[in-house]
Parts: sequence; C-alpha cells; structure tokens
Amino acid sequence: MTKHVAARLGGMVLVLLIVAFCTYVVFYLVPSDPALLACGKPCTPENLALAREFMGFDEPWWQQFFTFLGGIFTGRTFGTGATAIHCSAPCFGYSFRQNTDVLELIAGRLPVTFSLAIGAAVLWVGVGVAVGVYAALRKDSWFDRAALAGSVIGVSAPVYLVGLLGILVLGFQLNVVPVGNYTPFAEDPVRWAWGLVLPWCVLAFAHGAHYVKLTRSQMLETMSEDFIRTARAKGVPERTVVGKHALRNVLLPVVTLTGIEFGSLLGGAVITERVFSLPGLGGLLIEAVHSRDLPTLLGCTLFAGFLVVVANAVVDLSYGLLDPRARLT
Amino acid sequence: MSTPVARSVPAAIRSVLARDRWALAGTVTVVVIGLVAIFANVLTAIEGHDPYTYDATALDPNTGLPAGSFGGVSAEHWFGVEPLTGRDLFAIVVHGARTSFLIGLLATLVSIGLGVLVGAAAGYLGGWIDRVITWSADVFLGFPYLVFMIALGAVVPAEFPRALLLIVVIGFFGWPSTARIVRAQVLTLKERNFVKAARVLGASPWQVFRTELLPNLWGPVLVMATLSVPGKIGLEAALSFLGVGVLPPTPSWGRSISAAIDWVSVDPAYLFFPGLALFAVTWGFNALGDGLRDALDPRSVTRR
Repeated sequence: MTKHVAARLGGMVLVLLIVAFCTYVVFYLVPSDPALLACGKPCTPENLALAREFMGFDEPWWQQFFTFLGGIFTGRTFGTGATAIHCSAPCFGYSFRQNTDVLELIAGRLPVTFSLAIGAAVLWVGVGVAVGVYAALRKDSWFDRAALAGSVIGVSAPVYLVGLLGILVLGFQLNVVPVGNYTPFAEDPVRWAWGLVLPWCVLAFAHGAHYVKLTRSQMLETMSEDFIRTARAKGVPERTVVGKHALRNVLLPVVTLTGIEFGSLLGGAVITERVFSLPGLGGLLIEAVHSRDLPTLLGCTLFAGFLVVVANAVVDLSYGLLDPRARLT
Repeated sequence: MSTPVARSVPAAIRSVLARDRWALAGTVTVVVIGLVAIFANVLTAIEGHDPYTYDATALDPNTGLPAGSFGGVSAEHWFGVEPLTGRDLFAIVVHGARTSFLIGLLATLVSIGLGVLVGAAAGYLGGWIDRVITWSADVFLGFPYLVFMIALGAVVPAEFPRALLLIVVIGFFGWPSTARIVRAQVLTLKERNFVKAARVLGASPWQVFRTELLPNLWGPVLVMATLSVPGKIGLEAALSFLGVGVLPPTPSWGRSISAAIDWVSVDPAYLFFPGLALFAVTWGFNALGDGLRDALDPRSVTRR
C-alpha cells in the first residue's frame, strides 16, 4: 500500500514537472520578450539589458527553468539592493505586470472559481444521476424520452450559448435572477448563493447532460445483469436492488467522469467566467493573455495541471472505497 | 469496448439511416451545413454581400444597432447585420461554417490518424513501446490542454497562420483517447487467427497493420471520429470566443457569439444566428455518432 502511494505520488510530481517543462519551453522560446514589454518607452538597450537581468531572463532558458524550480523550494529574489523584490517560497513566479506574487494572484481568485465549480458540481452530479437512474428504470416512458432529448441538447449546446440564453431570458426579460454580481461567501452567504444561481444552473445543465446519458446507459446495462436477477430472485426488495446493488456499479464511471471534469475545471471556468463576468481564475488567465503576462500564464497552466493530477488521484482513491475489487491489499 | 462486430461499415451506415430517425436528421443537418461551407462563396454571391465590408447605411445612426426589426433581417440582409459595423451576418455565418468545418475536420483527421497509428503500434508491438505509449497517453490526459491552448494563443506571433496552429494543436492533444481505444481493439485482434497467420507467413508489422488490422478498425474509428468532430468544432469556437482562436476578420462563430455578449439585451438576433449554427452542427454530429455507435457496438444502449 505504502509502495503504491509512493509510486502514485512520484507519478504526480513527474507529470507536473513535464507540464512545467513543456509550458516553460513553449512560452520562453516563442519570440515575445517579457523584458521588452516591461522595459517601458523609450526602451534603450541598456534599460532592456537591466530589465532582463532583473527578471532573470539573461540566463539560458534551461537554466531559467531550474531557477524557477528552485524558487518553488527556496523562494527567489529579483534584483539587488533597495529595488529588490522578494518572492518567498513556494515561489511560482512573480508577475512584473501586476507587481505581485503569482501564487497570491491565484489564491486571490480561487474562491470565486471554487464557489462556481462546487455549487454547479453538486447540482449536476446529483440531478444528472437521479434523472439518469429514473429514466433507465422507466425506459421508454415520456420521462425517459424528455430526459434523453434534454441531455442531447445539453451535450450539443456550448456552455456559453446556454449561459447567454439564460442571461437573456431569465436575467433581462423575466428579471428573476441577478446577472453578474459576485459577493464573497464570508461577506454574505445568501447573496453569494443568489448571485451564483444562474451560473450554477447553466453549468449544471451543460455538464449534467453527460451524466444523464452515462448513468442511463450504465443503469440499463447493469439492470440486465445476472446478479440483479439473482438479487430479485432471492427476494431482495426492489429499492435495495436499485439503491444498493445497481447504483454502486453505476457510480464508478460517474466518479471517473466527475474527476475528469473537475480536473479540467480551470479551462471551463475561463469560458463561464467570461459569460457571467465573474472575477475568478479564468478572468486572471484571460487578463494575463491580453497583457502577455508570461509568469502569470505559466503559474495558471501549472496550477491547472496540479488540479488535473489531484483530481485523478482522488478518483483512484475513491475507486477503492466504492469497489471492493479495486481495493488494494 | 466490445469485440469488433462482423458487419461492414457501409452496411451499418445504411441500416442506421434507415432505422434511426435522429441519426438521419443529424446526417441531413451535417450535410446541409457542410454544403453551405463548401459553397459559401456562391451563397454570398447570390445574397450579394461579403463578410468583410462595413456598411453604415444598414445601421441606426443614433444607436449603432441594425436598422429594422430582429437585427435588421430583410430581403437584402437575410440574417440581418452586425451591430456597429453593418457587416452582413448571413455572409459571416456562412463563411464561419467554412472555418468551423475546416478546423474541426482537419483537427479530427490529425488526432484520429495519430491515435490509430500510435494505439495500433502499442497494441501490436507490445513490450517497451506499449509501456512508453501508454504512459505518455496518461501524461497527456493529465495535461491542462485548454489552459495551455489559451496561453499558446496569446504568445504565438500573429504572422503564424492561425487555422494551421489550431488544427495542429487541437489535433495533437486529441490522440490519447483514440489511442487507448485502438490499443484495446488491437490487443484482441492480435490473438485472432487471421492476424497470427499473417505474422507466421512473415508479414511485417506495417503490412499486418494495413491489410489485417486497419480493415477491422474502421468501425470504431468511424464512430470515434464522428463523435470527436463536434468537440473539435466546439473547441475552435471556444478559443475564438475567448479571443485566442481564429483572428479577425476571418469569420468564426465563436468570435461572433463572443461579440454578441455585449449586445445580447438589445440585439438578440446577433447571438441567435451564429449560436444556432454552432448548436446545429454539434447536435448533427452527435446524433449521427450516437446512431453509428448503436449500430456498430451491440453493447451500447444510448437510445434504445
């Protein structure tokens, strides 16, 4: 068990290193000089050289990569003397554009993205699985047909399109939900939730559709298997057959899908946050894109990779809890 | 994934279209929009506008909104005009179909092609090649590709052809899922007698791949390709939506939808037409792909 966990952790670190390396190589080899952008106008060659040295861009790129990695453990100091900027460990880079530690930037925006994702995920997994199971049990009923038609629409419509329609109809025409104001949870939990209702529902509709399709087909398959017939034959009540015997099998792929979707959360958040003008991580990434803020871009990409890796690990662990066959001895 | 079904791919397609109304409707939608993309120039010539010319006369001079109701829809401008610029929305949507199909189909070709080659190599050759490929696929699946693509769109210089960049990047990140499925298929095919016979007769791996494996892979490959096109089209639209995809003035549905956000309360038509087009294409490919999967994979029960 310990050996397995150690191998697993090692694998995670390795994946993150590869992500960091690829990102570093691509971003620092393409011809767009961060020092040039920061050097101001008029940009004399002396100033440019100074800016490069200050940011650490005068070193060869592979050396920069190791300096970056070192900074995670020991922190970094840019420049010397009175103008020096210190970025304490763990230092994931320093945004010279915004004059802030990248980690601080990410930490500042994370609550918004997290609020968005958690609420929506609870809705979409809960509703998606419930609808999928019910549709499978009442196969070919009007409910089943409606669920399928709805899930086909949900799968095919891009999140931003559903979001815009929601804003247009529910927000502007009917005026039932607020559009585009975020209140931090600590400030006022009710207004926090109320402000996020529309984004949650939109995300849940778009993502829940996959869960409906997946749960329904998985449930249909499971319910026709021998162990279900055996359970029924020995007189187990239908509630228990569905709730205990069948659902457990259905949940495995659902957990996998949830893990994958949570891992790609940051990517998805970029789009949702743009539609609902929420000040989250996605917004940070887009601002960094438009201002060519390379350290922030690198930080966001690494953080996104971190989320994927952690989500995958959690999925692996929950397999053991859900499925005795996958339990490690 | 199940073992390959003994049924030819054209026969499966015919039976799907004959039996499955949804798949037929999806196919019709895809074919119609595909034809629109191919004949975009002809269509815009008939209507008499191109997607690039600004036309202030089609706008309300006080607000910048299209003159006339529902975004200025008229015999002159079939889908109305863009607010603020007065460019013809029909021409933009029709040429946007070209952008979407070009990038979506070619990126699918890249990812499926790579995935089939790599997956078949892993499954057939086995050993360390299999281990390296399987492991790389795992790493790739853990790669935050959307964030990476967004960041890449920001740093790649504008001189580099955007469509090509999108095709390569979107296509390249798509191989692991295909490779996994193909690998699993090849692992079972490898044990079948006709493949063993070919190997015993001295066929090289490439010959085995071309004459024995590939013909048996068409079914799953076709299903995977059909189901992955809408994802690729959606990805292009999403990147353009975020301003890091196709560059203006090349028409793109995603960029039009993004621009429509600021006008959604006063000019919903601007959102309606590009949005409907994107939805229709995505739905069409999904419906066709689901139908094909039902026909080619007896275990799947998406609709029955």
